[in-house]
Amino acid sequence: MKHYLNQLVASQYFSFVVTVLLFVILYAAGIMTYKGFMRPQVFLNLFIDNAALIIVTVGITFTLLIGGIDLSVGAVLALCCMVLAYLLEFTTVPVGLAILIILLMGIGFGALQGYIITKFDLQPFIITLAGMFFCRGLTAVISRDTISITNPFYVELASTRIQLGVGFISVGAVIALLTLLIAAIVLGYTKFGRTVFAIGGNESSASLMGLPVFRTKVMVYTISGFCSALAGVAYSLIMLTGYNLHGLGMEMDAIASSVIGGTLLTGGVGFIPGTLFGVLIQGVILTFITFQGTLSAWWTKIVVGALLCVFIVMQAFITEHKSKLSSKSSMESASK
Amino acid sequence: MGKVLLEMRQIDKVFPGVRALSKVDFTLREGEIHSLMGENGAGKSTLVKVLTGVYPRDGGTVTMEGKEIFPRTPKEAQECGISTVYQEVNLCANLTVAENIFIGREPRKYGFIDWKTINHRAAELLHTLNVDIDVTKTLDHYSVAIQQMIAIARSIDVSAKILILDEPTSSLDEEETQRLFKIVRKLKDQGMGIIFISHFLEQIYDLCDRITILRNGELVGAYDVATLPKLDLIAKMVGKDVSAVRDMEVAAEKSQPSDEVFLSAEHIGATGQIFDVDLKIHKGEVLGFAGLLGSGRTETAELLFGVHPISQGEIKINGKKLDLKDPMTAMEQKIAFCPEDRKVAGIIGDLSVRENIILAMQAKDGILKHIPYKEQVKIADDCIKLLSIKVSSREQLIKNLSGGNQQKVIIARWLATQPELLILDEPTRGIDVGTKTEIQKMAVALAKKRGMSVIFISSEMDEMVRTCTKLIVMRDRRKVAELENDEISSENVMKAIAGGAA
Ligand SMILES: Nc1ncnc2c1ncn2[C@@H]1O[C@H](COP(=O)(O)OP(=O)(O)OP(=O)(O)O)[C@@H](O)[C@H]1O
Ligand SMILES: [Mg+2]
Repeated sequence: MKHYLNQLVASQYFSFVVTVLLFVILYAAGIMTYKGFMRPQVFLNLFIDNAALIIVTVGITFTLLIGGIDLSVGAVLALCCMVLAYLLEFTTVPVGLAILIILLMGIGFGALQGYIITKFDLQPFIITLAGMFFCRGLTAVISRDTISITNPFYVELASTRIQLGVGFISVGAVIALLTLLIAAIVLGYTKFGRTVFAIGGNESSASLMGLPVFRTKVMVYTISGFCSALAGVAYSLIMLTGYNLHGLGMEMDAIASSVIGGTLLTGGVGFIPGTLFGVLIQGVILTFITFQGTLSAWWTKIVVGALLCVFIVMQAFITEHKSKLSSKSSMESASK
Repeated sequence: MGKVLLEMRQIDKVFPGVRALSKVDFTLREGEIHSLMGENGAGKSTLVKVLTGVYPRDGGTVTMEGKEIFPRTPKEAQECGISTVYQEVNLCANLTVAENIFIGREPRKYGFIDWKTINHRAAELLHTLNVDIDVTKTLDHYSVAIQQMIAIARSIDVSAKILILDEPTSSLDEEETQRLFKIVRKLKDQGMGIIFISHFLEQIYDLCDRITILRNGELVGAYDVATLPKLDLIAKMVGKDVSAVRDMEVAAEKSQPSDEVFLSAEHIGATGQIFDVDLKIHKGEVLGFAGLLGSGRTETAELLFGVHPISQGEIKINGKKLDLKDPMTAMEQKIAFCPEDRKVAGIIGDLSVRENIILAMQAKDGILKHIPYKEQVKIADDCIKLLSIKVSSREQLIKNLSGGNQQKVIIARWLATQPELLILDEPTRGIDVGTKTEIQKMAVALAKKRGMSVIFISSEMDEMVRTCTKLIVMRDRRKVAELENDEISSENVMKAIAGGAA
């Protein structure tokens, strides 16, 4: 039994198991407290409301996996919402083309950040912080005021409900689920994905093993930029506006979700399904507060903050425990 | 003789403050095992890294099979057909064993990585090296020796024309080494050109066909192994004449231990690791722990340093019974332990040589006590001189030192704490011949002049025979014999290990 437990703690999925368990417990507590929690739609709403956050978190997880970070995601999202709203309201650009344009913007901006960081070996923290200021500023330059999206097709798209029998989800939620699926496959089953993990584990080793480190790092930031833009689409589908303060602080929520989902900030360890549950946990807490009715939504932040502390400490504990275990097992193997 | 496979001409490489290579020529033929020899810091690894595109070269040409090549990254070198195991273990601890072997060239099915095949083939491949482990566990579950085998497995599995092994045997035991050699010979018979670097002379003479010698980044010459006696080889490496080398080889007179006992351990053991070991170590004594790898030598030493708590018996220091519950307590008792796995434990790459040397002293004194800069400089300079550490200045970052010199810094770190008992676990692995004898002499000198007690652990028998005044022979985690004075000889140790009581 003890052995089994040791194995579990040492396994890569321990953090994930804890996260899922926590989610289940929270959800069960919700069901016991409020009858409304029982409705399947409440569960599906988690995906609808958090579609943008899920997509952003997927992008940021890529950067965390290589031991980097991307602080610009929230600002890129805001910029994309704004450009989209501007194009749809003040020009005759069709919806499809407008979306294409903002996605390319995200890709281009991410690639640029990635290139600068990798080429000149700069701190991703600083470069993406600069990127964040730049995008926020640019958003405000386009318009200080909220631009509402009234394009009939887009509004139609925003209110489309995809029926699932027990309930429905939105277009944004579908995009989020697809993003999760693709990201999980890319990270688990492609050369690119595995190189991401290798770089996070040990960058110089990865390079000595002959892996394309430069290209992969640039790609990672490009993906993060793309995800931010895509999240911009999902976000505008909910808000139907472009506004300078959209997605403010979203990078922090995304990092928190990713870490709670089992991603190590030092890089090399992370798991996409965990990331999803990281977001869902935040969503459940918010739902709780909504049901409760009188509590401020800021309580979500307080709880998430506390959770984050717990998870970081837990990760440190696991790492230490693991190194103890491995020194033991190497001794055992030596004794054979 | 085979066709010329690789020609490097007039290779130059300059690092800030060091001329690592100047006008070096190197020729490798098909079906040849070619050794690069030289002291620590001679430029062997740098030559390998210049060849494989880790460092850009500052001058010279590289031709492979008649065509000039310019690999700029290890990836491009691999594409040219050069497969390399670098001196530092170059794998990723967070990936599984199987993935470490196959990453970058994963077999795929329908465009996606085929994990089943990877795991299956990795297990098979390691099996040919007699390593039977769970390949789906992450790399950090395994010891450095196994990691080394995994790195080797990775390098020999690709169909390359040139295989480079930079000190692959420094953490392997005899048996593992022989297995590696068998495979290397097979690759040689298939016409591969192999570059092999090691500081173990016997291995060079056992395996290699040709030797290229470097000294201080310059080419001394290339020779056939058969026509180059050992002494000449050493003389060429260190740049002295043969008679001087012969003098160097003469062992220093052993120390005379005093009657005072520094540490005595009675029936100590730790569950599952060590059973019932008795030992006494006198002041001024060089005590050797002999035995095969895994016989419990390191573990016994670790018990004396408080790395693991003892579960039976007792340890007395200066006659007082003590509970060595952690290394800190042991350090307070003036015990220092220089560990075997210096590749993983130990160096802090971004600190200077001086700072790395001061580290253990600082830890012992507590972080609040400031060691005056002047004193730090003096200690660092003393150590650099004593161990002939090759640095451009004491402020050089340790990560820029050659592998062997990094190891010397770690030894220096423990010396600087002025211990009364110094435990040296495999201090001469990966260290060049000249310095090897220096370290042996140093151990003896510390015991003789300062009355220090030294525990010396090594797999090289003649080294133990030369330096130790008493030998404890271990087998299967037990002490099987104790040899003193005239009884100390390789045969007696072998006999004891083999089971016949000496
Ligand atoms: N990245 C670097 N930056 C600066 N100097 C370096 C760097 N790498 C190596 N050197 C210097 O180049 C010289 C040659 O080092 P190299 O690693 O090639 O030695 P080596 O022959 O492999 O020695 P060893 O037997 O100890 O491994 C050393 O003086 C070392 O300090
Ligand atoms: Mg070297």
